Amino acid sequence: MSTTTHGLGGLKYDPSKKARAPEWNVFFALVGIILIFELVGRIFMGDSFLFNTRDTVDTLFNHQRLQIIILQVSITGIIALGVTQVIISGGIDLSSGSIVGATAMIAMSFAQVAMVNGNPNPKAIFAAQGWVDLPVLVPVAVGLACGAVAGFINGALVAYTRIPPFIATLGMMVTARGIAKWWSKGNPISFPTDSYATIGKGMMPVIIFVSLAVLFHLILTYTRYGKHCYGIGSNEQAMRMSGINVEKMKVLIYVIAGLLSALAAVVLSSKNLTAQAGMGVMYELDAIAMAVIGGISLQGGRGSIIGTVLGALIFGVIISGFTFLKLDAYYQEMVKGVIIVAAVVLDQWRQKGRARG
Amino acid sequence: MSDIILETRGLSKRYGGVHALEDANFILRKGEHVAVVGDNGAGKSTFVRQVTAVEQRSAGHVFFDGQEVDFAGPLEAREAGIETVFQTLALADDLDVPSNLFLGRELYKFRMGPFSILDRKAMRDRTLEALKTTAVKIPNVDNPIRNMSGGQRQCVSIARTAAFASKLVIMDEPTAALGVQETAQVENIIRGLKERDIPMILISHNLRQVFDLVDRIVVFRRGRIVASLNKDETDGNDIVSYITGVKGGEPANA
Repeated sequence: MSTTTHGLGGLKYDPSKKARAPEWNVFFALVGIILIFELVGRIFMGDSFLFNTRDTVDTLFNHQRLQIIILQVSITGIIALGVTQVIISGGIDLSSGSIVGATAMIAMSFAQVAMVNGNPNPKAIFAAQGWVDLPVLVPVAVGLACGAVAGFINGALVAYTRIPPFIATLGMMVTARGIAKWWSKGNPISFPTDSYATIGKGMMPVIIFVSLAVLFHLILTYTRYGKHCYGIGSNEQAMRMSGINVEKMKVLIYVIAGLLSALAAVVLSSKNLTAQAGMGVMYELDAIAMAVIGGISLQGGRGSIIGTVLGALIFGVIISGFTFLKLDAYYQEMVKGVIIVAAVVLDQWRQKGRARG
Repeated sequence: MSDIILETRGLSKRYGGVHALEDANFILRKGEHVAVVGDNGAGKSTFVRQVTAVEQRSAGHVFFDGQEVDFAGPLEAREAGIETVFQTLALADDLDVPSNLFLGRELYKFRMGPFSILDRKAMRDRTLEALKTTAVKIPNVDNPIRNMSGGQRQCVSIARTAAFASKLVIMDEPTAALGVQETAQVENIIRGLKERDIPMILISHNLRQVFDLVDRIVVFRRGRIVASLNKDETDGNDIVSYITGVKGGEPANA
């Protein structure tokens, strides 16, 4: 703010000096990473990363690759939307991956068919109760309810017992994974109804992710809920003094995060046509990493859904890029780790630079 | 209706064995601006914290606007019409000026529980209006206040108080951390309150400022009110002798 002069005589303000939205930096990073893959691909593989090089189809871009880039991050992306608002409000959610596991198992057991190839479904959990061939609404509602309950417990622990969110959600992470394994004694649950199977079919995860991203961008920008998320992450004490029920808000924030994890579980189990107790392992960390790469500050108060979506795309591009370069998945994880740390370091430098400038 | 807006009778606060405030009898009339002065630890802030219910008093009665009140917390006090600028700023650094001004009392386009849609334009317009009437100059109200100077942030905090002031304003050392020009700006806001006939309690160490702004000066010493003096009937030396205990060994009623 070196261009401003203090005092009663009016303050000069130079709009050209306004700080560039941090999302632009993430966007430039995304473009940079794509360019690197494109260049390396052209030089060493003789192939383009982004553009279509096949004669059989007549398109500018390699549509297949673009679809895969976003499809493979859609499900963790849905979780990341919920995690984003948790982090903006100054919290953290480590339980999302385990909520995915538990919810997938429970929801799937309400989505099973009665007969497989003319024989009774051997995997049906509730065959004895006759709870098979249920309308798709039942497993979806049961799944979302599981997520809401898990989120409510997270939120209530954070808000009312005042234990750190890291601990509260760590407890939920371990417990929910236990529930996922206990539910069917470790057996996978398969054979969903056709209607359940359509939820995650084809590009459906992308459609769900993108529409939710738009919805949550609007919520965080234009509603009281969004404003108070930023406010709580920024100065909880001030919010309290201003008469905002911080505890209630926190519970709501974690419930919404739980709901989004549950929705991701429904989409994932539908896409895979099966649910396993190990589903969603490490998803919570991928989701947090997407948010962090997207410029969400772990101190709370700063960041946006646009940032998280860009962070998710960076993830997708890296996974696709390594596959494109025919490099082992080991390298992928190494590079992912470096990018997470680099993103935070760069963000800190930028913050400091702005405070000085 | 009497013309008394705030009265305390026998207001006391003990922290364990420490008598931070003892038997404070205080009266504030409508439209009156009163300064509360005293050495560090004399009980000024303690007094304010009891009136605004940030802490619960140990004994005594508070009457506000004609009736006895027993606020459960600062929020109830605010809803009753007592606006306070606390020593620690109650601002959210990552929010812009309108969001801070309307923190907890947002304006809506459309009500839908927690997902009520904010009327950002109306809040922005009213913010600019409030800043104009209080003569606070902020270069860009759409920036997060994190990037603003301490003085500008204090001005936002005070503009919030002034904008929503209805019955009583309390300011706890509003200019303690401010530069000369910023202090002048805050003093202008206070003069604006006087013109609008809004009563105020000002806690300040700055006697020049006190004599400049208020009608009456109440001196605290060791948790007791030792003097209540009209500005025209006293001077700086007089006040200092009450603050240091040269004068006024006996507790007085304010």
